[in-house]
Amino acid sequence: MIWNKKIECISRLEMRALQGEKLKELVNHVYNNVTFYRNRMDEMGVKPADIQSIDDIVKLPFTYKTDLRDHYPFGLFAVPMKEIVRVHASSGTTGKPTTVGYTIKDIENWREVLARCLAMAGISSDDIMQVSYGYGLFTGGLGVHYGAETVGCSVIPISGGNTRRQLQLMADFGSTILACTPSYALHLADALAENGYTLADMKLKIGIFGAEPWTENMRLELEKKWGIKAFDIYGLSEIMGPGVANDCEYHAGLHVHEDHFYPEIVDPITKKPLNVGEEGELVFTTLTKEGIPLLRYNTRDLSTLNYEKCSCGRTSVRMKKITGRSDDMLIIRGVNLFPSQIEHVLLEMGETSAHYMLYVDKVNNLDTLELQVELDEAKMVDTIRDLQNLSKKIEHALNSALGLSVKVTLVEPKTIARSEGKAVRVIDKRKLA
Amino acid sequence: MKIRQVSVFLENKTGHLNQVLAVLARNKININALTVADSSDYGLLRMLVSNPMQAVEVLKAEHFTVRIHEVLSLEMDAEPGSMSHILDLFTAADICIEYVYAFSFGSKSILIIRPNDCDKAIEVVNLNNLKSISEHDLSI
Repeated sequence: MIWNKKIECISRLEMRALQGEKLKELVNHVYNNVTFYRNRMDEMGVKPADIQSIDDIVKLPFTYKTDLRDHYPFGLFAVPMKEIVRVHASSGTTGKPTTVGYTIKDIENWREVLARCLAMAGISSDDIMQVSYGYGLFTGGLGVHYGAETVGCSVIPISGGNTRRQLQLMADFGSTILACTPSYALHLADALAENGYTLADMKLKIGIFGAEPWTENMRLELEKKWGIKAFDIYGLSEIMGPGVANDCEYHAGLHVHEDHFYPEIVDPITKKPLNVGEEGELVFTTLTKEGIPLLRYNTRDLSTLNYEKCSCGRTSVRMKKITGRSDDMLIIRGVNLFPSQIEHVLLEMGETSAHYMLYVDKVNNLDTLELQVELDEAKMVDTIRDLQNLSKKIEHALNSALGLSVKVTLVEPKTIARSEGKAVRVIDKRKLA
Repeated sequence: MKIRQVSVFLENKTGHLNQVLAVLARNKININALTVADSSDYGLLRMLVSNPMQAVEVLKAEHFTVRIHEVLSLEMDAEPGSMSHILDLFTAADICIEYVYAFSFGSKSILIIRPNDCDKAIEVVNLNNLKSISEHDLSI
């Protein structure tokens, strides 16, 4: 079903006109209410009056994750806190999280785009949706939750983790939709038998999977293992959260809700816009956002755009499924992780050297992290217990800073390879199969 | 009574222990006692050697993580129950033992103890006239 036919099937010409109008309003809003953007635009000699159509977007400055960090926590908000009704946060590049705020209108728009995504996957008020994304500061749980309520699903806000209970409620409640990361969906599928279930106990028919990159092969595997249809939902908290784009039954790219999120593809090096069909960094401008509107936010996700009309009837631009990034950000169980965050924690603790190697792997479809860190000679102790306490202390600090559990292994000083150029700090053994 | 022990942090790698021993051998350092505590990822090698300072120096030069720690050395009577008697005294004084090892040195039986509270342990030793042995006695 097409939730909002008027917008989702609008002609390209009308869409561009609509985007142009929204961009003009947006630029006025940020120029007048966000010091950071006013300064940036003044430096570039761009005035709101210079923006007359969507084509003028290339005159505007880019925004990067570091800009959000530099204005932590609320420096880029464009409205007084009194108008903010929700705050979410995700991990930033160092110790500080990236914070976003939503007005009532933003939440309404978020519900709208999510309703479009879910309807696109064939979900309706007849469905029972088990939302196994994490609830809390992470946008996944609450974001999908509101969208599911909007289309009228019976929502089970079970949040992430606790595999046995996930399966029990799925069977007992007769969940027809599962929303979680694709790797967790695989993990749940593999845990069916050992928990005494078979597919016959489940009524699942659709999966809404996202928050981490996954391949077409993994989609097919999930569909086979669960006997369901699997859909890819894309989003990031800086732009809105889940619901920026979603694929339809044709799985020929993800439909971007471009009346709210205007996408561009730029060259990773020169940052110049690329021709249609060329792969580069995906950039979004939040056309309607009030709380924390962003101009040309560089997601660092690599994709291409396709403006042709889809077989499903929608005319909205489609982005290619994300399979890579232009920076070193890792996505671990749906949580963003920058290697620099680990360095930050180690340096702050001062218990070990800052030389480390992070091993990322997948065990039973769940991402695992092992951190090898060099023991500081000055901290050399003579009991195993003291060494274990040291690794536990580091594990605890990492867990609270990253929101991820990490196994810490102490290694001898100077055994982690030094590199003359860019240090190799991460070995990702996961295969995107 | 207090004696210098050389502790080395060793990752679990084949041949790694022998690399330490080879360094000591090259430098003509004698090992009087040796024990390894192991965990799944690494071990701690603890040694009493003929020249602790030199041992640390040469091992550091070879990039080993090494440090000197002080432990208590006591001489035991070579008869049943002598070690138990010593530990009874420590228990009575509420002293916890982090690790312990024993070895023969000539005709002597030597007990090495790392108590959680070294000063208190020394009090117990003095109070009960326990026989201790010095680095000099061990020709360290």
